[in-house]
Amino acid sequence: MSQTPENRASPDAATQLDIYRRMVRIERNDEFTRTQIRRGRITAPYYSARGQEVIPSTLSNLMTDDDVICTIYRGIHDMVAKGMPLRPLWAEICGRVDGTCKGKGGPMHLTHPETGVMVTTGIVGSSMPIANGFAWASLLDGSKRVTIAYFGDGASNIGAFHEALNLASVWKLPVIFVCSNNGFAEHTRYENGTSVDFISKRAIGYGMPGYTVDGNDPFDMYAHAHAAIERARAGEGPTLLECKTFRFMGHVFGDNDAYMTKEEKAEALAKDPLVLFRQLLLDTGVATEAQLEEMKAGIEAEVQDAIDFAFESGYASVDELRRDVFAEEIPA
Amino acid sequence: MSADTAEATPAQAGEMLKMTGQAAITAALFQAMEEDSKVLVFGEDVADREGGGVMGTTRGLSTKFGDLRVRSTPIAEQSIMGAAVGAAMAGYKPVAEIMLMNFITVAMDMIVNHAAKLRFMSGGQSTVPLVIRTLTGAGWQTAGQHSDHYEGWFAHTAGIKVVTPATPADYKGLLLSAIQDPDPVLFIENSRTLFVPGDVAADQGPIPLGKARVAREGTHISLITYSGMVANCLAAADELAQQGISAEVIDLRTVSPWDKDAVLASADKTGRAIVVHEAVRHFGPGGEIASTIQEELFRKLKAPVRRLGAPYSAVPFAKVLEDAFLVQPADIAAAAKALCEYD
Repeated sequence: MSQTPENRASPDAATQLDIYRRMVRIERNDEFTRTQIRRGRITAPYYSARGQEVIPSTLSNLMTDDDVICTIYRGIHDMVAKGMPLRPLWAEICGRVDGTCKGKGGPMHLTHPETGVMVTTGIVGSSMPIANGFAWASLLDGSKRVTIAYFGDGASNIGAFHEALNLASVWKLPVIFVCSNNGFAEHTRYENGTSVDFISKRAIGYGMPGYTVDGNDPFDMYAHAHAAIERARAGEGPTLLECKTFRFMGHVFGDNDAYMTKEEKAEALAKDPLVLFRQLLLDTGVATEAQLEEMKAGIEAEVQDAIDFAFESGYASVDELRRDVFAEEIPA
Repeated sequence: MSADTAEATPAQAGEMLKMTGQAAITAALFQAMEEDSKVLVFGEDVADREGGGVMGTTRGLSTKFGDLRVRSTPIAEQSIMGAAVGAAMAGYKPVAEIMLMNFITVAMDMIVNHAAKLRFMSGGQSTVPLVIRTLTGAGWQTAGQHSDHYEGWFAHTAGIKVVTPATPADYKGLLLSAIQDPDPVLFIENSRTLFVPGDVAADQGPIPLGKARVAREGTHISLITYSGMVANCLAAADELAQQGISAEVIDLRTVSPWDKDAVLASADKTGRAIVVHEAVRHFGPGGEIASTIQEELFRKLKAPVRRLGAPYSAVPFAKVLEDAFLVQPADIAAAAKALCEYD
């Protein structure tokens, strides 16, 4: 595990509030999604990221609209944080024609290039080799655009991780590998599938900085994300951030958590980053109770509007099966 | 032929050049990179520092176009294809080299789950205009992990085109089209044809994908083939001609999408067809083509449609086994003769 970067950047009050707003948007969106699934209005596998809100919220605060992300099936929080509009997001989750992908991708595969959500993969580890391609394009363009590859701790054991980190280092690509280490690869406990105590140690083997960060602490996340993004923009190459966190809802919707102890789950829930950060903002005078309630109400209205929009949207024509296979439509 | 030769050759309309398929590829890459600054070339050893490819096919490119556009990579096919997918989605036209087709197996996720599907799965928002150049083919005693023909796997995957040139002119023209194509293209070079010289027009431009070529006209039977087996079918046609049988040879050029119209027109004319490929016959592309002919032309056929391909085995090492593994001109001629005598 490398040391904390020098000159730790710290988020000012406005930044803290922006990070918190993104977190609430993720949490409200997640809560509303699970409600719709419970009511039987959506039939889709759903991988909640409840509890992991700090990571993409902090990174997205530091990203510009030009910066891009490659994320994974547990990735809706990454998209919401990046600013994807909720109407097409919800329409896609519901498989409707007004969805980001016309209902052809679904909740595991949202794409929205306008907000920099370039690819969402359902294959563990595959966000990383593709992120390198976007980062190479930044070098070719001569742009300062940064690419973020999101993935989980389980993905650090697949070949794609190792190949991608090696290439990114050799080519000094402006890419940041962001591992959300929530302690479980599906149902397998971290130490039963991972050879090192800290994933950040693996960065040493690929000649890049690696940090283990408290992924539930916006201040620790901010300092490390800031350093990694600045490094990438300066042309100094990639960084691996291992962000320690916990997924409150298990692997997939309906998960019974039989593979973890009640105690460890209760302990994690008691340290809900959303609750803790909210209290901190109040305690430090960054925001008032009334402000935060107003923010929450506004976000809930946005999510509800998106849900209404999605369910009013129709389904794609079956002709869509012949479209987008290639640029040219397949003849009927 | 070296890249210098390719570069030094001025294009004059009507002029014919003698060059190998390999030289034609080099010429196509130079031309494409010259015409479009978005074209990138990368793969193992492709830059001049590493000799311009183990076969020398990309020699000269990095010197001319710089090492940001022409890059040697680690021996890591998954990361090669991942970088190709990302760069293509970011607006570039990567020509990624996977040295040998068997090595594609370690990059299948990037090709099948991502390159081929992202346009569809994103509802048309993502485009992945990449080319994978890869070499394969039995005949050099490189055995079961260096010479397989896997085009059937990719033809079975919606969203990727599969191009299989057989002549130097097609190596150039089809590669130019593959690079311009807005979708992913697998460009398969065959090790028995790549170094055979042939005529290429000095100003050879793109040849459309999905269009077959009549390699030899005939009236009694259609031999439908592609890649390395075009030469074997032409040799068989010579043998058959001596026996009074006129065989038509259709070179598909592109396995997916394949030129159904050209194949059906030929089979309709002759009433007999054999599909010949180097790939293993069992579940090979020949099954798709033969069954389409039978579905469309059942009452016009004078004999059942046959398939010739490699036996259901790995590519063997020993020369005697390798020769038996490959469909030989005599096998094709014997099968054609039998079909012409069918009643």
